[in-house]
Amino acid sequence: MASKHKAHKGAPVSARLGIWAFLATELLLFGGLFTVYAVFRLSYPDLFHVQHLKLNRIMGALNTVLLLTSSLSMAIGIAAIRQGRQRILKIALAVTLALAAGFLCIKYFEWSEDFGHGLYPASNLFFGLYFMMTGLHGLHVLFGMLVMVWLLLRAQRGEFSADYNTPVEITGLYWHFVDLVWIYLFPLLYLIG
Amino acid sequence: MPDLSALNGGEASLASHDVDAVFIIPAIPSSLGNFFIPLLIGARDVAFPRLNLFSYWIFLAGIAVTLFSLLQPIDTGWTFYTPYSAQSSAAVTTLCLGLFLVGMSSILTGLNFIVTIHTMRAPGMNWYRMPLFIWAMYATSVIQVLSTPVIGITFILLAAERLFGVGFFDPAKGGDPLLFQHFFWFYSHPVVYVMILPAMGIISEVAPVFSRKPIFGYRAIAYSALAIAFIGFLVWGHHMFVSGMSTVAGVIFSFLTFFVAVPTGIKIFNWIATLYRGSITLDSPMLYALTFIFLFIIGGLTGLFLGSLATDVHVHDTYFLVAHFHYTMMGGTVMGLFAGLHYWYPKVTGRMLNENWAKNAWWLIVTGFNVTFFPMFILGMQGMPRRYAEYPAKYQPLNVVATVGSWFLAVGILIMFANFIRSLRNGAPAPANPWRGLTLEWSIPSPPETENFTEIPTVTDWPYSYGKKTRHDRGK
Amino acid sequence: MSAYKNYLIVWATLLVLTAITVGVSLLNLGLWNAGVALGIASVKAALVALYFMHLRHEIKLVLGFALFPLLILALIIIGTLTDTLYR
Ligand SMILES: [Cu+2]
Repeated sequence: MASKHKAHKGAPVSARLGIWAFLATELLLFGGLFTVYAVFRLSYPDLFHVQHLKLNRIMGALNTVLLLTSSLSMAIGIAAIRQGRQRILKIALAVTLALAAGFLCIKYFEWSEDFGHGLYPASNLFFGLYFMMTGLHGLHVLFGMLVMVWLLLRAQRGEFSADYNTPVEITGLYWHFVDLVWIYLFPLLYLIG
Repeated sequence: MPDLSALNGGEASLASHDVDAVFIIPAIPSSLGNFFIPLLIGARDVAFPRLNLFSYWIFLAGIAVTLFSLLQPIDTGWTFYTPYSAQSSAAVTTLCLGLFLVGMSSILTGLNFIVTIHTMRAPGMNWYRMPLFIWAMYATSVIQVLSTPVIGITFILLAAERLFGVGFFDPAKGGDPLLFQHFFWFYSHPVVYVMILPAMGIISEVAPVFSRKPIFGYRAIAYSALAIAFIGFLVWGHHMFVSGMSTVAGVIFSFLTFFVAVPTGIKIFNWIATLYRGSITLDSPMLYALTFIFLFIIGGLTGLFLGSLATDVHVHDTYFLVAHFHYTMMGGTVMGLFAGLHYWYPKVTGRMLNENWAKNAWWLIVTGFNVTFFPMFILGMQGMPRRYAEYPAKYQPLNVVATVGSWFLAVGILIMFANFIRSLRNGAPAPANPWRGLTLEWSIPSPPETENFTEIPTVTDWPYSYGKKTRHDRGK
Repeated sequence: MSAYKNYLIVWATLLVLTAITVGVSLLNLGLWNAGVALGIASVKAALVALYFMHLRHEIKLVLGFALFPLLILALIIIGTLTDTLYR
């Protein structure tokens, strides 16, 4: 590799290995749900087709846009603090937080609408999966928001700089992972269910 | 039919024994690794000390919740098979939470170990100069990190089944109870390697030290640890041969199961080759290491009976399986652990053990173990099922033999622990290197200081150059 | 500055791909619906991983940490399906 001698500007190797190993565990946690999905989707294609039409595609697509954009703002924040720009980092974190909150809001409306139509986790296998998958994912969004609030407080105190920004980068990787999961959940549940 | 309801108590306590054994035992490699990984790679601490502390607290919380849930006898067996576990009135949901926390803790510990081994090795210690115990702990940690999340989601789904009526595992709702078994064994098969691999690592350390010979087949032993870890992810279906799983899956899983024997056999042959023409001293750690090799050969070979589709149908859920399990897990894991305890006791406590008592205990343990568990192979072949408190009279004689054996075993273990406790105060002060070992922990005082190494050592050789006048530089 | 610009391009591509996958889902392609949707999702995932998560510039070790778990995920899905599909 040509860039072998160019020092990586971001977090130390140990932190990167640590967070990627953690994301591996997250992947396999969701992996259980993906396996359940694969099994039932292949066993009951008709049920999945009929039931998935009850979901609101517009809302799902809107949420996809929100999360993708929050990934963008997070990435910009990290690029900024690597150059020591604290103000941009703070703005980026705030934007990411707001978009995440928006995501959860829409999710909340979707769920209430489902409950209103009498659709619960126990209704059928598809909705069981839908609620478990989006629920577990939602919890991850919520956890990410909590971490970002903490980051924002630390950023406010000026703790991050071009030399020290490991927590921001680590949180960023986690956040992009949450986005990655949604990138798969959206088509699996809303489009091809 | 005997009155089964009267036996429920016995079965429930059996289940608790299994829950404790299978879900708590992974804590042993964790504590071992915490102490010895930094010592053996020449580091002052693990890569993430604060995460380590955090994981310890989650572990305690998890244990507390688990024990709390066990106050009410658990009637699902330790496997929690659905659909019954989804309906049982026992505190299954609480248990799920407790075990989820324990699992989280072992994930974080494993993650910490992996990163520690990658980034904290002393200067000069490349991968082929690492002690084989470290290779074993690396493989162990990979399993912990990649298999535990699957049992985590399984517990979440089981809890959801009980709390919200999600029907993934409920045939009445179109779900599939076998799905639960797939997930359960995807974790629970690899986790037996979490227990056996550290023990194998200990044997790889003890065997060369007490044979005064370089380890034979270093790379083969190192890579076979990784191979065991990987193949462990391919074979879980062998626990489900009689569950109604598809024949196709049964054939595939049976076929793959045989591959586990290859890296295991490689290790055993290499240990034996290490012993060959060595100047062996039979100190207590070595006695336990040799016991491990002997018992594990029996345990491993009988595993093949269980792994082959046709024979398994005959011996499934009989005492044959109980015997196999205890020959691998107790004859293997526990004997390896005992070897490690005797080997590292001077390093950890700064005191020598009373060698005479250690040997007396060893005699009782080895005899007791074999008298207890060998008859179970025969009982199993004769068809005695496991998990029943009552059985036909024809099984009585061998059961009596086994019971008597278990007394010897118990007394031996008691003596061993008494020796541990007594030597804490009365043992002779331990020198830095009582066994003349070459791994880094022996280069510092016993017990080590808080930060292990006052000066981080530079490594120029592998730690197995025994019996040679000049040290060969091995490994590049 | 060029880092920001790259991120914006990736983000725009991701949005376009989202629009395409929603559009395609309205057509009836039979089995291909699932294939196309998952294919597009994988392209999006790869973009996020390579650019936003910096995998493009990562050392090989970290790449291994990122990719190996996918193999294990494939194992559990395939292993379980060998049972449920052939029962
Ligand atoms: Cu197994």
